[in-house]
Amino acid sequence: MARMKFLCDADRCIDCNACVTACKNENEVPWGINRRRVVTINDGKPGERSVSMACMHCTDPPCASVCPTQCIFSTEDGIVLHSKDLCIGCGYCFYACPFGAPQYPQATNFGSRGKMDKCTFCAGGGGTEAPGSIEEFKKYGSNRFGQGKLPLCAEMCSTKSLLAGDGDMISEIYRERVLQRGYGSGAWGWLTAYHENVDA
Amino acid sequence: MPKLRSAAELHGARMAKMRLFRCIRQIAAACVLAIAIAVAIAPVAAQQRAADGAPNPTGSVVNERTLLKQAPRVEGRIDIPDTKASVLIQPAGRQWDYFHQVTLHWLGGIVILGMIAALGFTYLIMGPLRISAGRSGQKISRFGAFERFSHWLTAVSFVILGLTGLNITFGKLLLLPLIGPEAFSNLSAAAKYVHNFISFSFVVGLALIVAKWLKDNIPSRVDIDWLKQGGGFIRGRHAPAGRFNAGEKLVFWFALGAGAAVIVSGYMLLFPFYLSNIAGMQIAQVVHAVVAMLFVAVIIAHIYIGTVGMDGAFEAMGTGAVDLNWAKEHHDLWLRDRLAVEQPRGQKTPSAAPAE
Repeated sequence: MARMKFLCDADRCIDCNACVTACKNENEVPWGINRRRVVTINDGKPGERSVSMACMHCTDPPCASVCPTQCIFSTEDGIVLHSKDLCIGCGYCFYACPFGAPQYPQATNFGSRGKMDKCTFCAGGGGTEAPGSIEEFKKYGSNRFGQGKLPLCAEMCSTKSLLAGDGDMISEIYRERVLQRGYGSGAWGWLTAYHENVDA
Repeated sequence: MPKLRSAAELHGARMAKMRLFRCIRQIAAACVLAIAIAVAIAPVAAQQRAADGAPNPTGSVVNERTLLKQAPRVEGRIDIPDTKASVLIQPAGRQWDYFHQVTLHWLGGIVILGMIAALGFTYLIMGPLRISAGRSGQKISRFGAFERFSHWLTAVSFVILGLTGLNITFGKLLLLPLIGPEAFSNLSAAAKYVHNFISFSFVVGLALIVAKWLKDNIPSRVDIDWLKQGGGFIRGRHAPAGRFNAGEKLVFWFALGAGAAVIVSGYMLLFPFYLSNIAGMQIAQVVHAVVAMLFVAVIIAHIYIGTVGMDGAFEAMGTGAVDLNWAKEHHDLWLRDRLAVEQPRGQKTPSAAPAE
């Protein structure tokens, strides 16, 4: 069984934000929410690196663990999905997430965070809606995964920095790259998300 | 019009510039060589270039593990206007998860169930504390209408906040399997709104209580005596007290301190990013949850002693008037002062009707 993961090769990321834009457009993400973002470390200094980050679809996801209504779960492909019908917008997943993935549309006044929204690996939602339906799209965004496609952010990446797919495959691609070019700053977030690192 | 220069002129200028650059380059190269010799076989310098002499783009890069050793989280710059998204990785989320799922469950369970067990044990062994002289039939006013309103505003708010709060921690273990995910989710969503809004009446109630009772709760000498006499729990020993005994004073100061802690930490969670980032909110949640669990346990004890644990105690907050003999036994100094004030007004005995 494939285990879906993201891997950002920071030595290739050029901070173009195409992944961010692709995600927003593909999923028609609510205003003010960025399911994916690019953070630049050591900006303007030697050793500057940009990393594209979204939900890492953790092994043993802390968001799912703390959720008071147990609306977050991992699919058999290792994708972390949630049900917006069961979400109460309490904010606990967003305290627990190491990657700042869960976000809330400020639907109404204070104290009301609205239903949590995060990256779905372009695999639709974890609710009761039929996969690929309009209802599912409106709530969670695109279900490319159901059509056998990978997340659009990684597919659009101009430098092929952002890799998505089976964890073993993408880590092997990354390992080969590191061997060939002789350097690599590592798979950012992997240790925290998957309890393992890609050591070339 | 800028002066047009001939090709020869331009060529000459370029040559001069190149000569100057060559000179600078030679000096710079000498300096670099000198530094290189001075540092001898410095490994850092070696890392800057690959084996074939090409610049190594990763020579000065820091990886995630190094960054996480320097700071608890990795932070950078972000292009989108949402600057709080500039935190890349904060592994503390996993620790917070552990606190919430393991530590808090055990702490809450032990503190709350332990308190209930201890009180049940006390009740079985001692039974309710009775008025040793029996009821006199005469009543004396203890708490006015406004004081009782303040108390019950706080009390009702507290019970609602406590139950809706405990639902967030224990609901999925206790209630969710009973009523199913849809019903539990609807209930919890409502509970969340209730928790958020009732917090304001709790703040008002607590503020009124503090304003009204602060001066009567200042610790005094008699509190030490009260504690030495076993706080009225030991039969045959009289524990002296003013308007509030040392036990009540402890509850008061605990409620003030814990109340302030849950209020501040609660509003930090209710208004995310106004006062803190996610790291701050994790700490706020820990403070909120731990203090609230202790608060619930202490208030359970407070409810016990104010109801089934002691005869004649509830009416102080119920009707506002207590039996004279109860007052004599538990608040003798206060009663003495009250009678001293009331008797000159022509009342030989305190009014039997609930006053105020």
